[in-house]
Amino acid sequence: MQVTRRLLLGASGALAMPGLLRAQGTGPIRIGEINSYTTMPAFTLPYRNAMQLAVETLNGQGGVLGRQLELLTRDDAGKPQDAVRLAGELVNDQKVDVLAGAYFSNVGLALSEYAAQNRRLYVGGEPLTDAMVWERGNRYTFRLRPSTYMQAAILAEEAAKLPAKRWVTVAPNYEFGQSGVKWFKQLLSARRPDVQFVGEQWPALGRVDAGATVQALEQMKPDAIFNVLFGPDLTNFVRQGNTRGLFEGRAVVSLLTGEPEYLDPLGDEAPEGWIVTGYPGEQIDTPAHKAFVDAYRGRFNAKPMCGSLVGYALIQSIAAGIARAESTSMERMVEGFRGAGFESPVGPVTYREIDQQGTLGVFVGRTGLKNDAGIMVDWRYIDGRDLLPGDDFVRKLRPA
Amino acid sequence: MSLLAVRGLRKAFGGVQAVDDVSFDLAAGEMLALIGPNGAGKSTCFNMVGGQLPPDAGSVRLEGREIAGLNPRAIAAHGIGRTFQITATFGSMTVRENVQMALIAHHGEVWRFWRPAAVRFAAEADALLAQVGLAEQAERATGVLAYGDLKRLELAVALGNAPRLLLMDEPTAGMAPAERVALMQLTRRLATERGVAVLFTEHDMDVVFDVSDRILVLNRGALIAEGDAAAIRADPAVREVYLGTGAAGGGH
Amino acid sequence: MLDLIVPQLLTGLAGASSLFLVASGLTIIFGVTRIVNFSHGSLTMLGAYLGWSILTRLPREPEWFILGILLTALCTALIGVMLELVVLRRVYRAPELFQLLATFGVVLILQDVTLWLWGPVELPLPRPRWLRGFVEILGNRFPLYDLVLIAIGPVVLGLLWLLMNRTRWGTLVRAATLDRDMVAALGVDQRLLFTSVFALGAGLAGLGGALSLPNASANLQIDLSVIVDAFVVVVVGGLGSLAGAFVASLLIGILQAFGIVLLPQSTLVLVFLVMAVVLVFRPNGLLGRPQAEAREMLAAAPVIRAAPPALRYLGLATLLLAASAPFWVGDYYLTVLTDGAVALLFAVSLHVMMGPGGMASFGHAAWFGIGAYAAGLLAQWLGTPMPLGLLAAPIAAGIVAALFGWFVVRLSGVYLSMLTLAFAQIVWAISFQWVGVTGGDNGLLGLWPEAWARGAATYYWIALALSVAVALLLRRMLYAPYGYALRAARDSAVRAEAIGLDVQHLRMVALVIAGAAAGLSGALFSYAKGGVFPTYISIPHSVEALLMVLLGGLQTMAGPIVGALVYTGLADILVRSTDLWRLVLGAVILLLVMAFPEGIAGAARRLWLRGREA
Repeated sequence: MQVTRRLLLGASGALAMPGLLRAQGTGPIRIGEINSYTTMPAFTLPYRNAMQLAVETLNGQGGVLGRQLELLTRDDAGKPQDAVRLAGELVNDQKVDVLAGAYFSNVGLALSEYAAQNRRLYVGGEPLTDAMVWERGNRYTFRLRPSTYMQAAILAEEAAKLPAKRWVTVAPNYEFGQSGVKWFKQLLSARRPDVQFVGEQWPALGRVDAGATVQALEQMKPDAIFNVLFGPDLTNFVRQGNTRGLFEGRAVVSLLTGEPEYLDPLGDEAPEGWIVTGYPGEQIDTPAHKAFVDAYRGRFNAKPMCGSLVGYALIQSIAAGIARAESTSMERMVEGFRGAGFESPVGPVTYREIDQQGTLGVFVGRTGLKNDAGIMVDWRYIDGRDLLPGDDFVRKLRPA
Repeated sequence: MSLLAVRGLRKAFGGVQAVDDVSFDLAAGEMLALIGPNGAGKSTCFNMVGGQLPPDAGSVRLEGREIAGLNPRAIAAHGIGRTFQITATFGSMTVRENVQMALIAHHGEVWRFWRPAAVRFAAEADALLAQVGLAEQAERATGVLAYGDLKRLELAVALGNAPRLLLMDEPTAGMAPAERVALMQLTRRLATERGVAVLFTEHDMDVVFDVSDRILVLNRGALIAEGDAAAIRADPAVREVYLGTGAAGGGH
Repeated sequence: MLDLIVPQLLTGLAGASSLFLVASGLTIIFGVTRIVNFSHGSLTMLGAYLGWSILTRLPREPEWFILGILLTALCTALIGVMLELVVLRRVYRAPELFQLLATFGVVLILQDVTLWLWGPVELPLPRPRWLRGFVEILGNRFPLYDLVLIAIGPVVLGLLWLLMNRTRWGTLVRAATLDRDMVAALGVDQRLLFTSVFALGAGLAGLGGALSLPNASANLQIDLSVIVDAFVVVVVGGLGSLAGAFVASLLIGILQAFGIVLLPQSTLVLVFLVMAVVLVFRPNGLLGRPQAEAREMLAAAPVIRAAPPALRYLGLATLLLAASAPFWVGDYYLTVLTDGAVALLFAVSLHVMMGPGGMASFGHAAWFGIGAYAAGLLAQWLGTPMPLGLLAAPIAAGIVAALFGWFVVRLSGVYLSMLTLAFAQIVWAISFQWVGVTGGDNGLLGLWPEAWARGAATYYWIALALSVAVALLLRRMLYAPYGYALRAARDSAVRAEAIGLDVQHLRMVALVIAGAAAGLSGALFSYAKGGVFPTYISIPHSVEALLMVLLGGLQTMAGPIVGALVYTGLADILVRSTDLWRLVLGAVILLLVMAFPEGIAGAARRLWLRGREA
């Protein structure tokens, strides 16, 4: 049935638009990618490296639909308005076939708006906001990485196993922090009606007053802490927390802290025993992942970061979608991407039809110390499809 | 009836009594000089009449209406114009535009957003400039004027407000002696022609004695003498504190 | 109760010390050179990175730590000297705002240099055991190092006091703070004095950066976050006042520590509210003196004359060329031109405030953002169509400007600028943090024009028509009696009052008009981008507006227009051609500031007028 329909579509498309087919020709398939290369270099540079690696690898294998892939990247300077302008450049001037990219949620959402408005395919890699596939989801936007909801869901599941009853939260005061806390509270309370949230701290993003924040949390005498701080905020928070003994005898559940981007800078002060989502990197010993690590090391002489995994899988997913669509015409690609699957270095991933969210999974585990550096221990990989809520829930959120 | 009546004016800064119970009158067309050594309280006195400083006590009446404590804008509206010790003109305008600005303000046409200001009151402005001898310079930028011309421009701007009282703080400071006399004689003439009262402070005694009808002498905030040039010249108290440092002979 | 208050108080004191270290350098530099040094945060960032490089190479004992910190301060001081010699020395004669622009160019350059030298990853200094120590205070563990910090603030204040009051150099610095010209008249080598003052300030910035290492990492975000904090402290304390900076640091450090406990969500807004309140009651800061009139600015203002016919024809030709653009440029360049039209209006609106109004706004993006959010929120709540959105935006921005104007027109000079900066930061914080209403950083999405206006060409024409029409209206206004009166109030406030002009009222109306025009540009921009985001109100966006006006030229009506077009084009080309665009842009800014201290249009005007102005 499915095959017949695709064949029919393909045939009618070919008949109706002979000119288009000629125009597509055999030149490279162009991917226009926009990201915060100057604002967030620590995250986006390993990501861009991995994208280049994936493009080279795929082209070495003969490309997609017999055509080579070509990657164009642009710097959005952390501003959604610039991203939208550059999307216009990539689409109108560079004639790219697919738009991709974004690190910040607002850039991702702006690009997704642009995509919907101009009927262009956009595949988001890093942005985490749920709105991208739910409240503001649209036909032309796909998102690869596990969302805030998915990350909070697995942490709530783990947190529910703890005896802790008195919880406090600390999160950067903006959309990501607020929705992380919202989902965690909601999902944990659903599993454990007996827990109480006795306080919260909302430092401004990038400007945490760590001493005062830690002191304030300490005063609330919690059993456990849910943390959404990351980056330099996290470093400051952990240092003050360690010295002031905030984490002693308390469970800490922390979003994203297991990613090497955030864990590595903590050095020998990386906390032990925090329940975190993240990326265990070279500890993953599946053949597919080993091959990915070797290739990455061989090419860039560095260990892959979480961003590298996302960048690599992003290009893979675009190749898979186009291969499945058997075309680079817009509507055909959208249909092709829906349900397109591929083998990422960490496992199979599919773009779901219902909300166009990728099922790239989440690594959850605990933090530990090895050779004076933080690592993830006792980790496991949970397929993204097991972290997403039921279809009814999604339908209610996503506009038709 | 006098045009300006000042009674019991006082002002203290911290513990220092800068102006202490000063009273005087000024009639239309009269030129009154306010003199005294540095720190005598001339400028303070002046700024209280002009509205730049609120007095601690006392009254300033212009034609019987109390103006003490009003802001400079309200005082301007009562018909008092002034010039400043350091010339204050509009540097980004031409000479004529400076005067036009004063005329626009005087005629209450400031809050107009459409018709160009350049055509408003141009003839009136030129007439005023001619009176102060700046007609030739009307098109020039204010910034390139000679100092004496700038002072005369300030006078024209002040006259743009059609004042009944003109306050001039050190009008000839920084000018060459010949220019000083010329400027003050011009002022004298305008005062007489227009019936404008002029209150001015001045360091140059030649100028003071030359043009003023009457002279007030301040010392340490208090009025110590009042009279015409001859009377002031003869006043021993004035000689003591101010005029003849040599005449007082080893005062301190 | 005491066990709740004391640790929080001590934490606040430690924070206050860190603030003071950075702010003291900024205030000393400002006091003597009158330069609002935007790159002070960058020097702190360099201090942190240099400190990291030095301390990780030294043994981990306390005495080596102290040595390393002092060495870092010395290195940063040397960098400060280089900056002063290479950049600032060449711009002391330029109008004050140009110096600010130059230091912003330095910020951009140092961002890329730091990234290039130390890489993108944040660098925390591994803490030896003694830096992790703590003492028990009323049952709470309190970091030993924070106690050390608490002591360092007053010690540095004391040392600076001795330096200022017990040395000849210090006497000269204090004299220069009061009156620059007097010191020059005394025959003191002003250049040497400025260089040494800059070295001291930079050294203090480096010291602050290095001393932050045990608590925080060296990272690339330090520059902007530190400079905003330091500005607040310096302004609250009173520009140029060391004791004021100290008192303000204490006030803000302690308020922040307790604010976190009482109102966890409000910390960002709190700091700026404190600043606004202080400036309302003390327009020169807590311990500041009234500023001398900015004489440079007055002297730099030339006579505004109507444009010569040749320029009018040139303008008309440009307009015709612009209007016909959709027939000969591609879709992408059409969007760049649309951005250019928006930037034009944005810059022209700032010019009204800054040029004729004499009020340099460091937070002009606030009005742009308020207009954008007004249109966005109306569309979201009521489904308002674009024409109504474009109407509501300037009205909303104008109303807010009228409310804010009450505070701002009372101030002057740098204080006024800083209050506008604070206000913009408050607006930004609201848009960024009040997710329920504004959508937070995700913004308000789906703000597209109706179908009839959606085409790139149609929308470009709308943007061009509105921008040019408003710009012409504003120009008309500036040549009308109101514009003259506004300029009069700027040229000489005392003279203006003496001829019966209401200076505050004039400035207030200018603020409202400028705010409304900027609000319209914000809405135009939002419909072009399909959404409203807090980045519209960011400090860099406000600085962009300043850049456009100053690069174009403050004293000509064509200046902001030239500046907006040049900047939009330049930024677009740079961003697309190199990852090092910040470095190049910074360098271009420095070159322009040095080559054209009166802006591009100003320089053209001077060439045109050469020999004609008597």
